[in-house]
Amino acid sequence: MSEAEKFNPVIVGFLCNWCSYRAADLAGTSRMGYPATLRDIRIMCTGRLDPTFVLRALQGGADGVLIMGCHPGQCHYQEGNYKAIRRFALLKRVLQQLGLEEERVQLHWASAAQGLLFAETVSRMTRQIQALGPLDWKHNWPNEEPFMLLQPYLHEEVAHGR
Amino acid sequence: MADKPKLALYWASSCGGCEIAVLGLHEKILDVAAAFDIVFWPCVIDIKYADVEAMAPGSIDVCLFNGAIRNDENARMAHILREKSKVLIAFGACACGGAIPGLANFSSREEMFEWIYFQSPTTENAARVFPQRHTRVDEGELELPAFWNTVKSLSQVVPVDYYLPGCPPEVQSIELAVQALVTGELPPSGAVIGLNIAVCDECPRERKDKKIKRFYRPQEIIPNPDECLLDQGLYCAGVATRAGCNARCPQVGIGCRGCYGPLDGVYDHGARLLSAIASIIDADTAEDVEAVLETLPDPAGYFYRYYLPQSLLRRKARENGQKKSAAEKKPAAAVAD
Ligand code: SF4
Ligand code: SF4
Ligand code: SF4
Ligand code: FES
Repeated sequence: MSEAEKFNPVIVGFLCNWCSYRAADLAGTSRMGYPATLRDIRIMCTGRLDPTFVLRALQGGADGVLIMGCHPGQCHYQEGNYKAIRRFALLKRVLQQLGLEEERVQLHWASAAQGLLFAETVSRMTRQIQALGPLDWKHNWPNEEPFMLLQPYLHEEVAHGR
Repeated sequence: MADKPKLALYWASSCGGCEIAVLGLHEKILDVAAAFDIVFWPCVIDIKYADVEAMAPGSIDVCLFNGAIRNDENARMAHILREKSKVLIAFGACACGGAIPGLANFSSREEMFEWIYFQSPTTENAARVFPQRHTRVDEGELELPAFWNTVKSLSQVVPVDYYLPGCPPEVQSIELAVQALVTGELPPSGAVIGLNIAVCDECPRERKDKKIKRFYRPQEIIPNPDECLLDQGLYCAGVATRAGCNARCPQVGIGCRGCYGPLDGVYDHGARLLSAIASIIDADTAEDVEAVLETLPDPAGYFYRYYLPQSLLRRKARENGQKKSAAEKKPAAAVAD
């Protein structure tokens, strides 16, 4: 398969403002090449990352989620990335029980100076997701009820109109 | 008499516990009977589906609907009762979030049929007999409702006016709802009728927000009667679950399992529980965290015990990417359509 025909995954990136987001900037300004698969969202710290964000991204059509923050010990809020480590470990187990492949949600570290590491991480994850194929989560619940809707619901006029 | 508001009760995919909960109002049930004209309640009065179908749209004032939606029959009754009812209330955790029947969303229909009709150790079924959608008998053709692959909550099938969570809702919660209905002092449409504080806020156990090195299962330790169960390493969902039950489970030494669901503004109960539980782990490296998590088997089963269908991901993946269900055999497709 040629490069152009390959499936182009959508990876949602949650990047810590103080490190990985700057690493992404550095990768950009230094013109390091990496696939345009990442839709990055800046967060103030990986400790801010609510697992709901990850689930929402997957449900909304992302093929993968990449969380990146400051190296352990270097979080600007002391504890934030330790919180992220704990949540991520638990989230990984839950997602595995829900049938998601491990590579789809990843946590990595990159300091503001590690533009190259950032670019490599995105490239590697892109290849991994390409190998897995699209997630297509919506396909998990095709409309199963073949049922007639009776008349339009009275609901609106009657219950809410009073 | 004719002026009394009309009340309907129905069970879809339900264990019957919610019906018992209504009967559990004891003598207060008489107040309900005095305040309402009960027009449909298959558990208690002799009435057929055709009788409800014949009712005029909007002619039922309030319908308490319990049970999840897992087959065509459940969905059909949900649609009919929605059409006939001015106010439709999702009654109990199953109707609100899918709850226990919704745990089936951790498997596929094929896996379930395979296990139930062929593989389970107590089953002998060499002839591979299993339910069919249509069966011909001398008297004519019998039809079974189609069994869905994915269990849904009531509101995923029809619009719902109010929610009354709990497995089953406690008497005091039902009373709250009945009172609101009788007086007409209802919260805004779409609201949960009940409190918006956590089980912890009603729990008498003392919380110190300790960090823990391991989890225990209920059979492994005898908890201290006064201290928070979570602080002692016993999984308790009270931290991120709506109050209303008066902390019924922690009061007797069992961790909350989350049947009252998430608080206002939280869509994914499981994700919220996940965050709360992760925050008490006393470990800083991935390896140490993994070691602690080894003592918490089946985390998804804990976090999504009652609200898996009503969560962001709703079910286990059926087919992702290139793994498309090549592995899924279809022994039971006949019941599924
Ligand atoms: S909410 Fe609980 S008691 Fe009610 S039907 Fe479901 S499982 Fe039974
Ligand atoms: S035992 Fe459960 S409900 Fe009670 S304080 Fe602890 S976590 Fe909260
Ligand atoms: S303590 Fe939790 S599981 Fe027990 S009844 Fe209350 S909300 Fe439900
Ligand atoms: S500030 Fe970067 S991970 Fe906390």
